[in-house]
Amino acid sequence: MTIINNLIMILYHLLSAVIVLLLLRSIWRTKNIQEAVLYCVILIPFVLRVVHIK
Amino acid sequence: MTEKTLRNVKIIALSISLILIVWSGVMFYEHRSFSEAVVPSPDITEVKKLSSYFAPLAGTANDCNLYFFDSGNPGGTLFLIGGSHPEEPGSNLTAQLFAENVRIEQGRLIVAIRANRSASTVTRPGDAYPQFYTILTPWGEKRFRMGDRWSNPLDSWPDPEVYVHYPSGQMLAYMDIRNFNRTWPGRPNGSITEQTCYAMMELIRREEVNLFIDLHEAELEYPVISTIVTHEKGQEIAAIASMMLTEMEFERPIGMEFSPPSLHGLSHREVGDHSQAISLLFETPEPFLDRVRGITDEELLLTGKDAFVMEAGKYGLLYERIDEEGWPIDVRVGRHCSTILETVQAYSDMNPDKPILMEGIPRYQEVIAQGTGFYFRNPQEMAEGEVYYE
Repeated sequence: MTIINNLIMILYHLLSAVIVLLLLRSIWRTKNIQEAVLYCVILIPFVLRVVHIK
Repeated sequence: MTEKTLRNVKIIALSISLILIVWSGVMFYEHRSFSEAVVPSPDITEVKKLSSYFAPLAGTANDCNLYFFDSGNPGGTLFLIGGSHPEEPGSNLTAQLFAENVRIEQGRLIVAIRANRSASTVTRPGDAYPQFYTILTPWGEKRFRMGDRWSNPLDSWPDPEVYVHYPSGQMLAYMDIRNFNRTWPGRPNGSITEQTCYAMMELIRREEVNLFIDLHEAELEYPVISTIVTHEKGQEIAAIASMMLTEMEFERPIGMEFSPPSLHGLSHREVGDHSQAISLLFETPEPFLDRVRGITDEELLLTGKDAFVMEAGKYGLLYERIDEEGWPIDVRVGRHCSTILETVQAYSDMNPDKPILMEGIPRYQEVIAQGTGFYFRNPQEMAEGEVYYE
């Protein structure tokens, strides 16, 4: 069980990192201010997860 | 909108996000890595790590300190744990008070102040929990980590859909796989919380612990409050302690109840079932935990005063009384201190071949009169090697 949990934990962090990259790309591409601000807010928890702080 | 304006807004929004990431990240990191100083009493004989009893815990968040006080005189062994649920500060404060003041005359005392250290490295920001609380001492303020009921998801994740307790097979809520008082007796290949309980059980078996006490606090809306929960093996001890404390010492009574045989994972059930030790669990009231509480801050945590909880009491929704005086931390720690001393006294009277005799621990009225902080020693005045960190 511990091995599977650890594997899922690693995959989860990789997935979070991919989402961070996707959000950054979306911020760069969007022409809508509201969307840009929203993506910036969404970014915060994902970055904290990737760096294993929260 | 021009391209330039859009670009500027994006830069500003991203900068604010970055500031918030750094700001909150520093706060979370500071809490998770904060060390609490402990100055054990001069009677300390050894400080071990929990990983001494289960090596895979070495280097993890739950490799807590174990403080050994051995009188050198034959007698029983008491194992006292605080911090099972780190959102219940009366628990770890009492354990630390014992570790810093005890003078052991006969038998042995083992203390774990932060039994589930991982759970003390996370709070509930969504519930507005404070990150720290401070206790006033004669030499200044002493700071402690506020914690949560469950182990930090950074140390144990993901949770299962349903937590199946080992070895009973009883099904419990998913997050209780991270609840230190639902994972006894633990298992070596389980989650970090189960492994911690397993290591504690190994300690209890190898050190031939006679009496095991787990300290807790409870919301007033919860029926298991102001009580001693006991395994069948401890029924006489708990009954005597409850009667003596209610009659002689406490303004509000302390009850006694049996550990339900079919409710698994709790220390009072599993430690008694899976070892030679008599297992007991003590509860004091903590209004901070009540769901109907008002402002959730350090003041409520330490004073136990809340108008909303009082209002709930007027409608008969509580299992313990509360008035304008609240349930201050000194009252809660004082109740724990006297309950431990009375229980140990009852145990020693019934087991004259294995007595445990302790001095230096204040009783209920003394803790209220002096304040909990009075009993904490100043780490600044100690030499290197005399201070340990939780």
